[in-house]
Amino acid sequence: MSDNNVRKVAINTTINGQEMDILVDPYVSLLETLREVVGMTGTKEGCNDGNCGACTINIDGRIVDSCLVLGVEAEGKNIETVEGMATPDGLHPLQQAFLEEAALQCGICTPGFLVSAKALLDNEPKPSEERIRHWLAGNLCRCTGYDKIVKAVKKASD
Amino acid sequence: MHPFNYYDPRTVEEAVEVLKKFGDRAKCLAGGTDVLVQTRGERYELDAIVDVKKIPELTSVDWTNDHLIIGAATPCYVLYEDPKVCEAFPGIIDSASLIGGIQIQSRASLGGNLCNASPSADGICSLIVHEAECVIAGPNGIREIPVEEMCVGPGKNAMDEGEFLVSIKLPLKNSFFSSSYERFIPRNEMDIAVAAVASSVSLENGKISSCRIALAAVGPTPIFAEEASKMLIGKEPTEENIKNASNKAKEIASPISDMRGTVEHRKDLIEVLTRRTLSKAVERVSV
Ligand SMILES: Cc1cc2nc3c(=O)[nH]c(=O)nc-3n(C[C@H](O)[C@H](O)[C@H](O)COP(=O)(O)OP(=O)(O)OC[C@H]3O[C@@H](n4cnc5c(N)ncnc54)[C@H](O)[C@@H]3O)c2cc1C
Ligand code: FES
Ligand code: FES
Repeated sequence: MSDNNVRKVAINTTINGQEMDILVDPYVSLLETLREVVGMTGTKEGCNDGNCGACTINIDGRIVDSCLVLGVEAEGKNIETVEGMATPDGLHPLQQAFLEEAALQCGICTPGFLVSAKALLDNEPKPSEERIRHWLAGNLCRCTGYDKIVKAVKKASD
Repeated sequence: MHPFNYYDPRTVEEAVEVLKKFGDRAKCLAGGTDVLVQTRGERYELDAIVDVKKIPELTSVDWTNDHLIIGAATPCYVLYEDPKVCEAFPGIIDSASLIGGIQIQSRASLGGNLCNASPSADGICSLIVHEAECVIAGPNGIREIPVEEMCVGPGKNAMDEGEFLVSIKLPLKNSFFSSSYERFIPRNEMDIAVAAVASSVSLENGKISSCRIALAAVGPTPIFAEEASKMLIGKEPTEENIKNASNKAKEIASPISDMRGTVEHRKDLIEVLTRRTLSKAVERVSV
């Protein structure tokens, strides 16, 4: 091991519309930064290597796996997480549809699916079932068998 | 995981300086979809990660008179959401739209795919059949090499310490040129190629005037199947001629057996995929 003096980095970022200054270790993922530093635990860790999509967040309008982004990379970015979806007036239509269609069991995958699906519907209000399935291929669910999730997304788009 | 510092140089020269200083204890960060997985998996230990995305040349997409120059860290989606790029580089678009899922494509770059030098990488064969050149910066300035010389072994590229990839230069072709990439995976999405082929052709007066075939996941590096490609030059794109070239590609493939597939299966796949991608490229010229 070489002796490597690791310094924390100060970053300025916007999460769900709120600008904040945070101090992060430069080798820590954005997922860990959100959960451990900012204290927002809505975003989940499944695999920590880009395969499951449980950690999906939206950065500057694109969905990414936050486990494969460094916390320091959030500097100057506009981040949306599942915590930003509901408003004081109620749940987001996707969240409502997931509840009505029982599109979750254990729920670990749900925040990732919601954030992914929201990005799809924000840009394409009426996607086909095939398009929904393709878009959600980066999100895994070990409980539901996917049909109910796809149905819920379809319902929210109607 | 061994802790590392983060560097975000704003110029090519600054990046070379940091890379030189840390030698093999530094790595570039483009989309991070390979490098962050690998450091976390403790495949290697880093003291410095060098985020190249803030260097303007690394994320720009520029058309010159005779080339398209893609910044090495440009994410896949930027390419497939650009109708002009889709029209001119169909094989590369085939690749860019099947690397990972949507989340991965928001970050993953062709430059990262290439530098990572995986034998099964989905971007490299398409770059080979599009005659891409790598623009490499280092302590001694800029040099260019053909993309087929970039991968020298599994996970090993041809760059020296202190060097990094600035951009990928793709020559512009006329409308009689086209290309295609196809892989075989047991699932529909999100998997690693068991075998894959990229092909490109130019057609003049009904005959093939240029052809390139490249094979993935059937050797220690992606393979430019030059002999198979040459067989088609001057020939008509008939079923038989395509079949002969595909058999040659199958001969050139030198896969291993592993959990993803056997030698025989992979070789058979190369024959089928060469046929399909050649036919597709020809069909794309005709329409
Ligand atoms: C869930 C998942 C699915 C995937 N699916 C596929 C798939 O279907 N097909 C496929 O081919 N790959 C796949 N990959 C692998 C990976 O996404 C691709 O190889 C991607 O193109 C890498 O690009 P990147 O920008 O993320 O590279 P990074 O991870 O940033 O970098 C990759 C390597 O190249 C080096 N590097 C990056 N940029 C430069 C540069 N400019 N100069 C010098 N060195 C550089 C890095 O140091 C590192 O060693 C997948 C990965 C994950 C996690
Ligand atoms: S935790 Fe990030 S993709 Fe699984
Ligand atoms: S509900 Fe359990 S993983 Fe999807």
